[in-house]
Amino acid sequence: MTDFGFHLSKSSQLDLSRVDRERLNRLYELEPGARICMTCGSCGATCMAAPYSGMSVRKMLLHIERGLDVKPLLSKCMLCGKCTMVCPRGINTRNLILNVCKLYD
Amino acid sequence: MKENVVIIGGGVAGMEAAKQLLTLGYNPVIVERSAQLGGHVAGWHKLFPDMSSAQELVKGLRRDIAEANVFLETRLNSLQRTKSVYTVELNNGVRLTSRAVLIASGFELFDASKKEEYGYGVYDHVITNADLEAWMNGREDNRIPAQPQSIGFVHCVGSRDLKAGNSQCSKVCCTTAIKQAIELKERFPEAEVYCFYMDLRLFGKKYEDFYINAQRDFGVHFIRGRVSEVGETIDGRLQIKAEDTLLGKPLKVQLDLLVLMSGMVCNPIAKQLADKIRLQIDSDGFLKSRDNIAAIGESNQPGIFYAGACTGTKTVPETLAEARAAALSIHTYLMNQ
Repeated sequence: MTDFGFHLSKSSQLDLSRVDRERLNRLYELEPGARICMTCGSCGATCMAAPYSGMSVRKMLLHIERGLDVKPLLSKCMLCGKCTMVCPRGINTRNLILNVCKLYD
Repeated sequence: MKENVVIIGGGVAGMEAAKQLLTLGYNPVIVERSAQLGGHVAGWHKLFPDMSSAQELVKGLRRDIAEANVFLETRLNSLQRTKSVYTVELNNGVRLTSRAVLIASGFELFDASKKEEYGYGVYDHVITNADLEAWMNGREDNRIPAQPQSIGFVHCVGSRDLKAGNSQCSKVCCTTAIKQAIELKERFPEAEVYCFYMDLRLFGKKYEDFYINAQRDFGVHFIRGRVSEVGETIDGRLQIKAEDTLLGKPLKVQLDLLVLMSGMVCNPIAKQLADKIRLQIDSDGFLKSRDNIAAIGESNQPGIFYAGACTGTKTVPETLAEARAAALSIHTYLMNQ
């Protein structure tokens, strides 16, 4: 078939009414710190993988809470723990990431 | 014979100032246009950060100023200065003289229906912060569903909004939204509650703790982005649109209740007064103090003092502190005359 160069763009609009709340609440149970991120971005700034993959715990949490796929972000995490050291709210990011891997992979 | 001090406005600023002036040996005369004392606080349910009762605060002040003269449902007809004495004429025929006048006319809530895109007065389930407080105080409101599944809060309604004519931040709404989000989660634990904010300005004592509390203990969701429009679905729910500015993606969600955090604008009465006795209006639309740092409670006219939200958006404790300071300034002014 001839390709005329036309295509349909996929909508990027998020729909909060469709977020999997059950799975998200399970994550909150396993790591209560997931609730208290204030999106300051310290984690992403210090992340060794961020410059190559866009990884940041803040972004990962936002993706989950808005119903987006987190696998591409997670795949580059080396669990080095630097984000835990800089988080001003003391979130156990290591436990968070490990549980996200369990629930969302 | 005790000396009169006329206080325009019987909200918490006017009441607290009257209480202090009584202690200092004056005869405060409160002129209040509504039928009760207490102003906006009298219509509120609980106050942050300790969830203390607004009614108790007003009740206590009312008790403290039992000896003051209070004119309810009364307006100023005229206010004139002859040398160092002001003559105040009220619409009930009473005429008073006073060497000092305290303006404590406060603020007015921004009229949320001016932001037409939010649908206040158009859709069935859109209310304001003040409506919610009235409901918590026992007023019936059929706009609030019996079992809402999903609730939204819009911060900065008529605040930080040049097009609405208000460039200022109303200061208290961020914390009020968090307080009300918690209160609604307590009543409706099953509901998802979303706060849409541009910035969270949690500057005061324990406000930040309040925020963490809302996230950790109540699971309130915070989304950075201003709601751009509200629509109604075919089954009568609300659908709102915003951008999640942290992800850079447009977003929608269906809600059963939307609460608009109406901001503070200067009470139009203050502007009428300003016209009468040539007081200045500051660039933010509130009364202009002689100095915004060193003399916030003084006007450019001798004997005219300010307390509370007539000079800008204030919290309740800030207002009370200003009222106390104003009473002392008045006392010093009168002693030195």
